[in-house]
Amino acid sequence: MKAKIKVTLKKGVLDPQGKAIEGALSHLGFAGVEHVRQGKYFEIDVAESDRSKAMTEVKAMCEKLIANTVIENYDIELA
Amino acid sequence: MKSAVVVFPGINRETDMMRALEATTGNKPVSVWHTDAVLPKVDLVVVPGGFSYGDYLRCGAIAARSPIMKDIRAKAQKGLKVLGVCNGFQIVAEAGLLPGALVRNAHLHFVCREVKLAVENNSTFFTNRLKKGAVISCPVAHGEGNYICDEETLKALEGEGRVVFRYTQGTNPNGAMNDIAGIVNKAGNVIGMMPHPENMIEPLHGKTDCRPLFESLLAA
Repeated sequence: MKAKIKVTLKKGVLDPQGKAIEGALSHLGFAGVEHVRQGKYFEIDVAESDRSKAMTEVKAMCEKLIANTVIENYDIELA
Repeated sequence: MKSAVVVFPGINRETDMMRALEATTGNKPVSVWHTDAVLPKVDLVVVPGGFSYGDYLRCGAIAARSPIMKDIRAKAQKGLKVLGVCNGFQIVAEAGLLPGALVRNAHLHFVCREVKLAVENNSTFFTNRLKKGAVISCPVAHGEGNYICDEETLKALEGEGRVVFRYTQGTNPNGAMNDIAGIVNKAGNVIGMMPHPENMIEPLHGKTDCRPLFESLLAA
């Protein structure tokens, strides 16, 4: 089973990289860009075939390592 | 005063730190490798600066989960003194020994320069030789030293005098909340700071402003 994980900065956490990308997009002439937030994406293949067990396991991975829950949120999709 | 300095792959300030500890306390620190399971018997463990694991995932994230950190965490909970400097601060915060996180500098640039630090709390094991409010020079060298925490944590840090070092007005190099440069945990035995005091202790460094910090270890 494959877990697709999106890690994003929590609301209110400053994202200077997103800001820099926002600036670069406007330099390129994309006038309509209002706001950019940058995040991370992970794909983890797990041996577990039971959906709920896999979810529990991947959630624990996110809590323990993949995300820093002080500043980040995570979102898991199993496929 | 016996001390240990932890070495992770990618750390590069361990030699400076060991030299500073030996020059100021008279005892040569023990070097501990990250895969060791147990710390030797020491009074202080220092997590030095550098770029552990190339800052992969998040600064300090991988190092914070290494075998030696398990023992450091357990012993810190029983009162072992821990000092995290720069990447060491990031590692100690990622390990949950200090609240909050260090994120990308607000202006995105790596900063390598001298800043002024106000000693806000002089009752810690690393500041007891200085006067409260004393201002010292100290170098910084980091890309992710922007201290951030939730409102409740910030209130507790400020209310309980747990901000140990603050960048003086106009010298905040990274956008850290409330100009925070270093903090201490509630129990008083874990300190994390972004600046590098080990690089301002002898005349060859240009200034010796940070020497009293290390000399504080002798009284602690």
